[in-house]
Formats: sequence, structure tokens, C-alpha cells
Amino acid sequence: MRRQGRLPLKGRRLFIFMKILRKATLCNTEGIKITTMEISAPDIAAKVRAGQFVVLMTGEKGERIPLTVVDSNNSSGSITLIFQEVGLTTKLLGKLEVGGELHALAGPLGHATEVKKYGKVILVGGGVGIAEIYPVAKALKGAGNEITVILGARTKNLLILEAELKGSSDRLLVATDDGSYERRGFTTDILAELLAKDKYDLVYAVGPIPMMKRVADVTKNSGTSTVVSLNALMVDATGMCGCCRVTVGGEVKFSCVDGPEFEASLVDWDGLIKRNRVYADKEKHLCKLV
Amino acid sequence: MKKEPVKVSELNAAERASTFDEVVAGYSESDALKEASRCARCKTPACISGCPVGVDIKTFISKINERDYEGAYFTIRQKNDFPAICGRVCPAEYQCRRACIFTKKGSPFAAREAINIHFLERFVGDYGIKNNLAARAKKVDAKPARTKAAVIGSGPAGLACAGELARNGISVTVFEGLHKSGGVLRYGIPPFRMPRSILDFEIDSLKKMGVDIVPNYIVGRVKSIGELFKEGYSAVFLGLGAGIPSFMGIKGEDLCNIYSANEFLTRVNLMSAYKFPEFHTPVNIGRHVIVIGGGNTAMDAARAALRLQRLNNMAPDTTIIYRRTEVEMPARRLEIEHAKEEGIKFRFLVKPEGFLGDEKGFVKKIKCLECRLGEPDSSGRRRPVEIAGSSFDMACDMAVIAVGLKANALLTKVTPELKLDQYGDVVVDKDTMATSIEGVFAGGDIAGGEGTVIEAMGMAKRASKSIVAHLSRQRRF
Repeated sequence: MRRQGRLPLKGRRLFIFMKILRKATLCNTEGIKITTMEISAPDIAAKVRAGQFVVLMTGEKGERIPLTVVDSNNSSGSITLIFQEVGLTTKLLGKLEVGGELHALAGPLGHATEVKKYGKVILVGGGVGIAEIYPVAKALKGAGNEITVILGARTKNLLILEAELKGSSDRLLVATDDGSYERRGFTTDILAELLAKDKYDLVYAVGPIPMMKRVADVTKNSGTSTVVSLNALMVDATGMCGCCRVTVGGEVKFSCVDGPEFEASLVDWDGLIKRNRVYADKEKHLCKLV
Repeated sequence: MKKEPVKVSELNAAERASTFDEVVAGYSESDALKEASRCARCKTPACISGCPVGVDIKTFISKINERDYEGAYFTIRQKNDFPAICGRVCPAEYQCRRACIFTKKGSPFAAREAINIHFLERFVGDYGIKNNLAARAKKVDAKPARTKAAVIGSGPAGLACAGELARNGISVTVFEGLHKSGGVLRYGIPPFRMPRSILDFEIDSLKKMGVDIVPNYIVGRVKSIGELFKEGYSAVFLGLGAGIPSFMGIKGEDLCNIYSANEFLTRVNLMSAYKFPEFHTPVNIGRHVIVIGGGNTAMDAARAALRLQRLNNMAPDTTIIYRRTEVEMPARRLEIEHAKEEGIKFRFLVKPEGFLGDEKGFVKKIKCLECRLGEPDSSGRRRPVEIAGSSFDMACDMAVIAVGLKANALLTKVTPELKLDQYGDVVVDKDTMATSIEGVFAGGDIAGGEGTVIEAMGMAKRASKSIVAHLSRQRRF
């Protein structure tokens, strides 16, 4: 394993570093903990584009999990990941401190978002999925699109990246389930209203599967092209195992190499929901370990 | 009277099926001497032509007879860098042993009486490991010394190529996409067939030769082939392997607990899911496991599944279903025997039609059709023909699909200059293994290999010769 500080033999260059450079808690309330982490990975930082992900391991005995790259900095050679502690691996990741190292990190994986001028674009982010629309908002704004961002959270304290997304959009709207901030309700309520009033060229949504499914239902009526980024379970994440297969438009697609973005109206949502629960029993077992 | 072949010692079937320990214990010295003494030392040994890399089998067996095990080891090493690996995984009964004088001409696979060349090879390979002979492998002092070559993929082809290049004084970097090296030897072949200590030893000895192995590095994503050349690599070898698992396109195939063999075996072998929860990657196991396919991958998956059933205190119930009959199965005979001994059930002439699941989306039943054998197809094997009205159900709460692989396009897709064939494999010159890009060579499954370790290594050897020649030419300028 090539690691920073351990092996700089003369004349050899280092490849993938995986040191944690910065760590901050974005929210930690109501049993939900979301953390941002900046990790040194110069070769990945140089190549990663909006919409792509990395796969990582926290320890030798750990799982390989995919996480979307939220930001990258080519001059410091780092990438930023944002994750919610939901399973054992994300909990172990959350325990890593600045100066610590991952066991494995590979990427960038998956197709990048197609960045071009669409015109008027709505980005919908729910929960930790907000982190995943941030790089896409920045890229699409940079390409001259008019950006509307709709954010959704259960409650005000769980809302992340509001300021950052305000800076990368022309308009930002928020819905909270409990009405503790801005509009009470769901992102899809706002989306439906916007689509009823005006014509948009693209809707891009990332969040919990039920939210993405509702987005697909809402946009189907207006016929607005809608892209979602799926969070299927993965193992190798390089197209080798087929764990992340999902039915799209009646065809078997691999999220890792064919996605992670797909046209929302074509996704077999019920199949995805079921497949993502395949280890529910095993996960209960694991979470007792932390 | 011909002497009886020497049986190899194996773990007892009942005990071994509850562990992932190696099944075949191998020959002792006296076993090896006895078996070697059976060799007829033919004037023109057919066995050598049966070996995809042309190991001088006759000579290495004679050296065993002379108790010159080191000599035997280096005789094999002239053609094959990893005798301890190939002695374990080579389908010898379709190769050298089938060509052996003791096998009747035209047999589909080796006779029982054929010399157990693979067990002898393994004996020699293990002797090499015990005595660390690899460290004594001669370095060739060739012209291309001090040039750099990149090997992409650390499976059988990549490792063989890297070893050969390093011996020629070329500084080699192996780029591996996963976190551990070994490719299919690591994620595909279970520890009960190839102990990890053997694999680790062979990879370590490459590292000691100066081969630099970089894990977690996906060429095509972090660096293009063009960028590798710009960074000073003068030649590139592609040992990308076969990547994407094929599915059958039948109803219900996306139900939970239906795995591709690649996923199931990767979870078990690479991620050690059989040691869950000590290792964190889970794998589910069913009470009625159906494995679909007739190759080595199907055998590996079935035997791993049966072990998981036993480890989880379930009554073992794992069935392999195959469209043809046992004779047509492409798997190694030894694996089929081992599978039977361990209690794997076989249903031949059965073709899956679809899966049925419960309300939670988990598979519960498989629908099948019975077949009969028809006329031979393009592969020369008799084609399975469905029998109308023969549909039946089997209980199935987990299925593993082991019906083949397609090329992984992760690198080839972003390298448009690289010529591919209709299957997505890299087009190569069969003699030089050169691709359509100058300085880029390929071998193994991505270059049209049919999935044996030894064949991939043979292709890699040919490629390494071309790479050495290519680099020598470059040095003149």
C-alpha cells in the first residue's frame, strides 16, 4: 500500500494518497450525523468531474463503499466527501480524524454529469443528497444555465450546504418536513408548483429513493427531462460484479459503469428499493459492533 | 503392467466442506517420486505440446526422478513463472494430461492413468516456495535496462508479464484497480483451491524483484494510456481481464439473492464475507441454493455456497443446473469430483426459464425446462434442445449465475485508438500480442483468452518478449 510519509523512495512518485486533511461536522442532531471530509488524492482531484464518485475502505476488514465526490481542489490535491453515518462503514469513516488514513480509495468512477447549456435547470436535493447536487449546480451554473435549487430536510438543523448552494444558483427554495424553516412540506411540492407555472429544460435530483421516485412522478406529467443519481449497493464499483444492477427502460444497467445517473422516468424504482434492502438483516448485526 | 497413479492426499470431504481450507494437500516427496517414476519418457513427449506455454514436462519430471527438485523448478520456470499457482488451477486434464501417452487419443479429457503432471508441478512449485528459489531466478542483462514499462491489471497475465519484464532489467509498475493484487486469482478462485499464502508469496517475490505494484489505481480514470507514455513509460501491457458478468435475460433475474458468480465470489474471496462480521462485507446464503452454469466458476460458486450453508448451520442443499450433460461441462474434472464428494447436487439437461419471488423481492423459486441434446453447435458440443411442456419448479432462495463474462470497457472505452473486436476484446497480433497502438500490448482474457490462468500467462510471456524487443529498438535511437 502506497502511503504518504512512508515510502517516498528516491525517484519514485507517490500515487494515491488517502490522508484526511480536514474534517467538520455539518449536522449532528435528531440521530443524524453528517460529516464533511477533505482527503488528499491528487491524481483523483486532477481528473474528477461533477457527478462522479470514489470507492473507499476504512480498514483492511472493511467494506468497499461508493461516495460521490462533492468538491475537488487541484492545487491542494484533495477531494471532499460528505457522508451521513448510516451503516458500519460510514460510522467507522466518521471516527477517522485529521491525519488518519483510509485503507483504500479509488476513482473517479461512473460517468460525469453532461455539462452543457440546457437553459433553465432545477436541482432537487434531499437530505445528504444535497451534497451530491452541489458539484452539479456549480458545473451547470458555470456552463451558463439558469439554476433553481430546491432543498429538502426533515427539519431546519439537518439542512446542509445552504450557503454554498445559494452561491451556485440563481434561486434557492427550501422545504422542511416539520415547517421549522421556510416552507413546510416536500421538495416535490415546490417542484410541482414550479413546473406548473413555467417550462424548464432539465430537472436533476438526488436524495432518498422515495424522494427521487416522487420527483420522477411529478416531472412525468410535464415531460421535463429528469436525471437522477442512484445510490445502488456496490462492491468493486468498476463493472466487475453486477451488484449495483438496476433495471432502466427494461434493460439491466450497472450503476457503477453505466450510471450513476439515469433518466428518472425509466428507472424501476421498486426493484431498486428492494435490492437496496437485501442486507438489511446483516446490517443490524454490524451496527451492534460500533 | 502399468503402475497405478499415485492418489493425492485430500482433506476429508465431510470435514473440509465446513472450512475454506485448501482441499488438495498435495504430494509428499515419496508420492512425487513414485508418480514421476511412472512417466514413460516418450521420445517425442506429446504432453509438452498439450501445455499452452510449452513447459518441458519430460525434463522436469526426470529431474524429480533424480531428486533434483531445484533443477525441476527452474525447468518449469523457463516457461512458467508460477508453478505453485498453475499446479493448482490448470485444467491439466484438458491440456498436458490429455496429451499424455496414457490417455487414449481423441478422449475429451485425460484418462485416470495419465501422469498427474499438475500434482508434480505443484510439488515442485511448493518446493520452490519453501526454499525461496524464486529469489535465485536469473536476471537477464538486456539492453532495455533502465526503461520503464507499465502493466495494467495484476491478474495472471499482468503478474506473468511483470515478472518477465523485471527479469529483463526493465523497471515495471503494475497498476491494479482493486485494493489487493492478484486479479481473478484473488477475487475469483476461492481459498480452498488456492490458499492466499501461495498467492501472497508469489506476488511478494515479484516485489522483491523490484516490481512496483500500485493498488487502487484505475488506469483510464486517473491516467490515460497516453499520459502513462508522457510520464516516461515506454511500453504498456494490458492485462485487464474479463470484466462484466453476463446475465441470462430471464424473468425475475433482478430479485434479491440472485448473484452473478463474480459478485458472490468477490464478496466471499476478495472481501472475506465468509468471515462476516469480523470482515464487514456481507453475503447472504440461502437454504436452497441453485448455481447455473457448467464451468469452473460454477463449481467454485457452488462449493463456496455449500461451505457457507454449513458455516451457518444449515443443512447443505446446493444444486448446479446445466443445460447439457456432465461430459460437455467445461469445468475441470477434478472440481466436478470434488463438488460431488462435498455433496453438491447436479441437475443436467436443465435450463432456467425464470425466477419467482416473494412480496419483499427475494427469490423463492426457479422455473426450469428439461432439455435433450441435439446436433453439435459451432463449439462442437451438442446443443441443448428444450423439451416442450417439460416446465417444472425448484425451491430456490438464492441463485448464482455463472454463465460467462463480457469484456470490461472501463479502459477500452476511453481509449478510442485501441482496436476492439465485436465482443469488445482488444485485437492483438497473435504472435507479438501487439495492439493497434504502438508500444501497447495485451494478453489474457481481454485479448480473447478463454479463461485459463496458464493461457493468460502464455500470452503475457509472448507479449513480454515483444516488449523487450520494442524497448531494445527504442534504446538504439
